[in-house]
Amino acid sequence: MESVVSVDRVSKTFGRLRAVDGVSLSIARGEVVALLGPNGAGKTTLVSLILGIRRPSTGAVKIFGLDARDRRARSRTGVMLQETGLPNFLRVREVIDMFRTYYADPLDSDEAIRIAGLEEKANSLITTLSGGQQQRLYFALAICGNPDALFLDEPTVGFDVEARRNFWAHVRAFVGSGRTLLLTTHYLEEADAIADRIVVIDKGKLLADARPADLKARVKAKRVSFDAPRTPALDGLPIERVQSSNGRIDLFTSEPETVLRALFERGAPVKNLEVVGATLEEAVIGLTGGTHG
Amino acid sequence: MADIAAAPKRELAPIGPIVVAQAKSEFLRLIRVPAFTIPVIAFPIMFFALFGLPFAHAKLAGIEAGSYMLASFGAYAVISVALFSFGVTVANDRGEKMTVLMRTTPLPPIAYLGGKVIATLAFAAIAVSALFVFGAITAGVHLAPLAWAVLLGRLLVGVFPFITLGFAVGYLAGPNSAVAILQLINLPMSFASGLFAPIDELPSYVRAIAHWLPAYHYGQLAWSSVGAPTEPVVTSIAWLAGFTVVFVVIAIRAYHREEIRTFG
Repeated sequence: MESVVSVDRVSKTFGRLRAVDGVSLSIARGEVVALLGPNGAGKTTLVSLILGIRRPSTGAVKIFGLDARDRRARSRTGVMLQETGLPNFLRVREVIDMFRTYYADPLDSDEAIRIAGLEEKANSLITTLSGGQQQRLYFALAICGNPDALFLDEPTVGFDVEARRNFWAHVRAFVGSGRTLLLTTHYLEEADAIADRIVVIDKGKLLADARPADLKARVKAKRVSFDAPRTPALDGLPIERVQSSNGRIDLFTSEPETVLRALFERGAPVKNLEVVGATLEEAVIGLTGGTHG
Repeated sequence: MADIAAAPKRELAPIGPIVVAQAKSEFLRLIRVPAFTIPVIAFPIMFFALFGLPFAHAKLAGIEAGSYMLASFGAYAVISVALFSFGVTVANDRGEKMTVLMRTTPLPPIAYLGGKVIATLAFAAIAVSALFVFGAITAGVHLAPLAWAVLLGRLLVGVFPFITLGFAVGYLAGPNSAVAILQLINLPMSFASGLFAPIDELPSYVRAIAHWLPAYHYGQLAWSSVGAPTEPVVTSIAWLAGFTVVFVVIAIRAYHREEIRTFG
């Protein structure tokens, strides 16, 4: 089966900086892949190599089996990048109508405007849009060509929680089944909720490429969490880390059974007890060896 | 899962409608900016009112001064439109990183340029027509309909050195400096080429460099169509073509510099 995206041992150097270092990656049709990593990990550089905005120093990139700069490949992709601009003094509908002509089989303007949730701003000048509305306009431009594959680089930067939830509902509805999506994001809960596959990179190197559940399972530590008036005596127990805030105690341990038995034997006043696995954030921090984002 | 290579290849979008859409957008983004429209439409009319109107029926270079100065300020109007529409929008597209977003779409570069050229020609035709109407009404300048058409046609055909010069500046300058640099080119060049005052009245050292300016030969092309004695039309066209080649080479070098820096 041929890949939508195929990245073969790709490196990119800027002077002495190795921004992307020997990354190989293949994305099949219909996959939803999240690219994660700390700031400066090389996510945006990798996306720009995949999209043919920049040329790899070594290695090869193909989209739909074509050179990433081939017009036929670009006719089948939709892209949202960070910090790009549009001509001021054009209206939302005008710029969408302009972009639609680039594609052979575009969506109706009204449909693109509806999917992006811009109905009330369709006749407004771009200069009058809020930051969130501008992001939705970029999303409308990314989908107006009815693309087979969608590339979203940090699409929800600056959104509040409600706007983010809303945005991903729109994305999910559009991607549905059959369309391919590659996204980068700082918000790991977003990646966890939407992606079938998580690719973690740091310092330009690919560290992990797995399903979210498998990635979380790699972290051995569980979290034992409960309400207590004060931290109980924990001496001699196999505990890696203790957190406490507002009467809630979190114990990180790879032997939760031992810890729980000891707590009960010692008669600790424990309420609302939970034992949970690692979050995706903890998994990524474990891989990159530092704070995420 | 189906093999994607076996799926029917989607056709590419036809280029004609892309060029039309680009031209429309470029025209709208020009006409909605008063900082652009006022200088390129009102200034030539204002200069004609100040310098041409009082002497409209005097003789200049053997013809009526009114028609001579309509040709002069018509040339100035088209030069201004071409330099600013190309220079400033190209510098802005780069500064705003719109060029990066455009790179990810199947927009052919030739359609991007074609749209800008068409919008520039349309805007230039409007600016020159407004000036002609003003001159005909206020100064009673009378030319045969064909002479008006020839003058307008020559002004539009001769615009390419200024389009390519604007493009080169748009690629070499930042969005904030482009306007200033273009104005520093436009005003002294137009003055030294005799577009504001007849060349015979200029200091001798200015007359000595005038021949090396594209606006001088562009002015010759305009004046010859209203009956003033000038260099042969073929000579003007050859000079303008030569300048176009020089500016295209500079623009391509600037474009390649950007190609390596931003898209390498």
